[in-house]
Amino acid sequence: MASFKPTKIQVYPKLGEKVTQDTLYWKNYKAPLHIKEFGAITNIDFSPVAPHNFAVTAFTRIHIYGPFSQEPVKSFTRFKDTAYCGRFRSDGQLLVAGCEDSVVRLFDVSGKVALRMFKGHTKAVHVTDFISDRYQILTGSDDYTCRLWDLPNATELNNYQEHTDYIRCGVASKLNRDLFITGSYDHTLKLFDARVDKSVMTMDHGQPVESLLLYPSEGLLVSAGGRYVKVWDLLKGGQPLVSLKNHHKTVTSLCLSSSGQRLLSASLDRHVKVYNTTNYKVVHNFDYAASILSLALAPDDESIVVGMTNSILSIKHRKSLEDSKEISGQQRRRPSYRVFVKGKNPVPKQDDYLVSKPVKQHLAKYDKLLKIFNVTKALDTALATWTRHRKPEITVSVMKELDRRGTLKNALAGRDEQALTRLLNFLIGNMVDPRFAPVLVTAAEMILDIYRSVIGQSPLVDRQLLRLQELLEKEIDYQQDLLEVMGMLDTMFASSFPRMEVPCPGISRANGLAGGDGITLRPQIQAT
Amino acid sequence: MVGHGDIRVVHRGGSKINSRQPVITQDSRFLLCASGECVKVFSTSTEECVHDLRGHTDAVTGVLLKPSNHLQVYSCSADGTVRLWDFTEGIHIKTYVIGYPVYSIYASAHHEGVIFVVTPMLNDKRSEVFQLVAVHLPQSGDQLVEALELSAVLSDVSSNPSAIGFGKGGEFIASAKGLHLEVFFFKKQKSYRFSLKEDNKKGGKNTFMCVACHQKEDCIATGHEDGKIRLWRNFNHKKEYTYSTLHWHHSAVSSLCFTPEGTNLLSGGLESVLVQWRYNQESQRDFLPRLGSAITHIAVSPDGALFCTSHSDNKITIIQSSVKVSAVIQGLVKGESVRTDLMVDPRSKSLVLNGKPGQLQFYSLQRDKLLYNLDIVQQEYIHESGLEQFEVVKAAFDASGSWMATVEERNQKAAELELNLKLWAFDEQTQSFVLNTTISTPHEARITDMCFCQAADSQTTMLVSTSKDGHFKAWQLSAAAHTEDEGPSWSCDFVGAYHGLVPERCCFSADGSLLAVSFQEVVTVWSPASWELLTTLSQPPQAIRDLCFGRLSCSKYLLGTTASKLLCCWNLLTCSLEWSTTMDVSLLLADPLTENMAAFCFQAGGTDLFVFKPSEPRPLFSHKAVCSGKVTRAIFSPREEMLESCEESSQWLNRSQLHFLTQYMDLMTFTTKAEEDRLLASSRQLVVDDSVAMTPFYLLLGKHRQQDTEDAVSSSLSSDTVPQSSAAIKQLLQTPAHVMPSTSYLCSMFVQSLLISVTDTREENKHAEEKMDSEEEDSEEEMEPSNPRPQHASEGGPEAPALTKAQLRELRRVRKQDHSWSAGFL
Repeated sequence: MASFKPTKIQVYPKLGEKVTQDTLYWKNYKAPLHIKEFGAITNIDFSPVAPHNFAVTAFTRIHIYGPFSQEPVKSFTRFKDTAYCGRFRSDGQLLVAGCEDSVVRLFDVSGKVALRMFKGHTKAVHVTDFISDRYQILTGSDDYTCRLWDLPNATELNNYQEHTDYIRCGVASKLNRDLFITGSYDHTLKLFDARVDKSVMTMDHGQPVESLLLYPSEGLLVSAGGRYVKVWDLLKGGQPLVSLKNHHKTVTSLCLSSSGQRLLSASLDRHVKVYNTTNYKVVHNFDYAASILSLALAPDDESIVVGMTNSILSIKHRKSLEDSKEISGQQRRRPSYRVFVKGKNPVPKQDDYLVSKPVKQHLAKYDKLLKIFNVTKALDTALATWTRHRKPEITVSVMKELDRRGTLKNALAGRDEQALTRLLNFLIGNMVDPRFAPVLVTAAEMILDIYRSVIGQSPLVDRQLLRLQELLEKEIDYQQDLLEVMGMLDTMFASSFPRMEVPCPGISRANGLAGGDGITLRPQIQAT
Repeated sequence: MVGHGDIRVVHRGGSKINSRQPVITQDSRFLLCASGECVKVFSTSTEECVHDLRGHTDAVTGVLLKPSNHLQVYSCSADGTVRLWDFTEGIHIKTYVIGYPVYSIYASAHHEGVIFVVTPMLNDKRSEVFQLVAVHLPQSGDQLVEALELSAVLSDVSSNPSAIGFGKGGEFIASAKGLHLEVFFFKKQKSYRFSLKEDNKKGGKNTFMCVACHQKEDCIATGHEDGKIRLWRNFNHKKEYTYSTLHWHHSAVSSLCFTPEGTNLLSGGLESVLVQWRYNQESQRDFLPRLGSAITHIAVSPDGALFCTSHSDNKITIIQSSVKVSAVIQGLVKGESVRTDLMVDPRSKSLVLNGKPGQLQFYSLQRDKLLYNLDIVQQEYIHESGLEQFEVVKAAFDASGSWMATVEERNQKAAELELNLKLWAFDEQTQSFVLNTTISTPHEARITDMCFCQAADSQTTMLVSTSKDGHFKAWQLSAAAHTEDEGPSWSCDFVGAYHGLVPERCCFSADGSLLAVSFQEVVTVWSPASWELLTTLSQPPQAIRDLCFGRLSCSKYLLGTTASKLLCCWNLLTCSLEWSTTMDVSLLLADPLTENMAAFCFQAGGTDLFVFKPSEPRPLFSHKAVCSGKVTRAIFSPREEMLESCEESSQWLNRSQLHFLTQYMDLMTFTTKAEEDRLLASSRQLVVDDSVAMTPFYLLLGKHRQQDTEDAVSSSLSSDTVPQSSAAIKQLLQTPAHVMPSTSYLCSMFVQSLLISVTDTREENKHAEEKMDSEEEDSEEEMEPSNPRPQHASEGGPEAPALTKAQLRELRRVRKQDHSWSAGFL
């Protein structure tokens, strides 16, 4: 005697992106923390020394936040106009920032007043950075020049006037005290050597350059401008390596993950994309509420900080192991494991005769009802609120099973207004789902057949029937549109593909029996 | 020319066992059932077939225990004979020739020497009218007896054996047909007839289906088409009869049976639920649900300890009276048609075809036994007529047998076609197939053909399915999924189409480098590596019906048959037609082990078989009129061991066997003479004692047992010869004990008398005899070699060189050891 076979619940493939190691890694952040700043956030820079505070440049201020603080631990407000590019020195003691009023200011992180003011630029300074010897700074300005300054006596050391447009990004080498790179709106990237008066390498990005990034090894340079992110090989004399076009608006900021395995790019299209640096494929994507101007990753990827045009600073912290443990610890208030296995795991001794207990088959409630052929109740159970909303596939599978048994009509019939409303609600919610449509269409037809005589008696049911009709009409229109698009695509494909000729060497000669003069070998099939 | 002198078409296994009610013997050890032209004796405990009672020349229509001797059984057959058998030994005792086809047989202990059989009306053999006839069996010692004393009891009875039953103590016999119940009392020689209205008010049909009579009381139970059971009482009056109605079944009651003591009534029908009603307390019922398929017959053992039900899916279930299934005897399940092709599982070498609804059956051809059923659909089967069920319509195995693909479909009138393609992986641990991937609606229309890439050395397995929607799809096992919890699964690799034509057949070449797909009259050849269309071959004007690549040395040939009665062979190296011939090939198939191809041709109502090599113009073998009707399903199955036949015409059967299904769903095969001889020899060897079946355990232990019995026989034989040889001993043994002197006095004399004939007395002998004296019980046996030896020699017995005493003792010691060993084992 076979046992009752439970209703098979169809497993549908999970829609959406596939779960990869990357998604797991990049999803493992807490809900973002939003901090309102005074204006568009143009730059975020992490301090290289612990506790890794970060400087946020927004409008006329630079705020310094601690790793877990929601309030700024320090702010620099002594700017006459919009501040730009607040950056830490490699020891985390000094901070340099440019300003719309062309003055570059140097601050002590613990102090308030600027230690030095570098005056010499004639227009807004958008780029500032420390040279790796820690005693010089690099600035780039809208007056098309970039300059090197001496920190101790605030004097200009060098002035390069090679760019022909605004200089909006620049980066100094961390390994060499003489090298730095600037990118400009004249579409070029220039590598300068402080020992000579000219640039030593020029690369053409093809778009106004918005951001630059040097790999830790400094063999590769990444530039962002327009919709493109380009990777250059500096050791091969500035040869372009890859050109990535994954954003549909200007890319504004670049950042490298702590391991150097992933590259992040932020754009005005409100996305942050994560690339694998071995094959430069997008492996993950973050969405934000507004256009992104700046992006920074804390050391060890502890947090992702994003600044947006709507002056919101969004900070996402990584979920720590303790956090996840804490949560699971709070949830578990069940009896201990020992309670469940009590008396269930004795090991039989050598001479013991083991009498096995029949395994009791566990059946879901609707299966129990189906087993005793109680079809209406089985459908009611499957239409219970939780099942209907959370697992519509169960409801649909039960309907399918009833249809297979030929009793769906019986199960649908004889319902009062409330039960019918529930049923119609379910149909309206799931009818157009392509996974469920074949089953639900049959059910809907049956409902219309059964309750045709009572239409017009309940305004509630009538309203729902009208909604169902509307829904179906909309769906039909939609499908029609889709078919039209398909037709258009087909013609386009057909005209774009070259026609392939199938070689048929034998078709002219001996492929038919009629022309079969050459056939000498004929079987003589005779039966004795 | 090609002859088929020693190749015959034979029935091989898979016959029905559910056609008639089975019989359980008095001691409940055996179950007898009619199976085709023989009666099969099964052991109720081991489910193994113990004997085949062969002798009838037509279908056996009834089996009945002889009421006066519970070790003998009658069987009746449509060939017009009733045969009497001893079923424990499997010996045919007697044949009674009736002269008319017999459709069922009845007997009662109160009618000694009379059996009741149902035959067609004497005057008209062709008619559908049957009568119940009493046959007086003549007492005669002959094997073949003609029973001439026939007397009609009831005319116009049903040919259904369950519609007639003997009543309490054989006093009356009840027969139901249509809407009438007729009861015939033997004492009064009078019959009463009771009729029911055709339809009752509720629309139920009152037609009688079956009859069962209570053995202790005057009560007749009848089953009806609307699912009701009526219990008739007081029926020895024309007018005052009464009946009560029991109703549980929702469709016709197909079988009813009272237990021997009459405490319970068993009923069964389409619902496949065995219902046990308490007699006189009918509200109490026991149920045994989900027996698999509709119950056709119910039988109870004479002691009431076992019930057995036979089912429409060729199955007999043995049930203990505590309503627990104890054994299942399953035959080959054959529906009206085989939707899947016949296939051979490469691992178990068993025949695979669809059996029970939604299941695949694995049937061992060598052992004529159903190995197991694999549930493909995995849904609760609803036993209701007129319900559209999921059916397995296609199945395919890959070359190594590690993957199986199945297609199931359900075609409802109103809704669209439901199709599922399932891929099963062979699990080494459980030794069965485990579901790996389910693809719902793999195609938009019905799948016409499906095949695996048969290349043995290929890295990846590939499945190709063709469908009526105009596409063919290639499915491939994709590498492990992204997350660890999922194993590899199958996904679609390529979708191909050709000018919107409907693909009908597909076939992979032997090395898997080419795929041929037929699109109506065009054969397209594709390269599975790059999915490039390599070439097209066509043979207008008719559609391709079958497609097959050659094997081994003939793998360059592609053979196809068309609906316009052409068999074409294309050479793929030149892409041209090599040869073609006109024949209406209904089925073309290739032997996977050799180059041979078999073509079944439909000609003038019959089917001819041609076996040929694509490279040779002459057929290897041909057989006219293999069977009547079209052959649409056949398979080459590999042999367990190769035959070594050197005759040209039967060489093609050396490595594989050809099985085919006829129009009437009989499984047939071709055998050679040599094979038949071998089979006969092996069957003689296989005669096994009693109920113990040929199990491996038996083979282990039985050998020793057999040896023991042989020993016993030989020793008893030799001990018998001793007294005959010597007159003195005879006298000694025949004289009454009380007139004889004391044993101690006689003993030495007795021994002396035995010693006289031996002339060469050696020391060894003496020593032996001393020992012999001590063991008294052995003494008689010990004597044997000395005395009878000369006689044996004179008789020319086989054991001419006599054994010396020492050898003999040695032998005995060995035997003793054997005894002790087997005793210890037991």
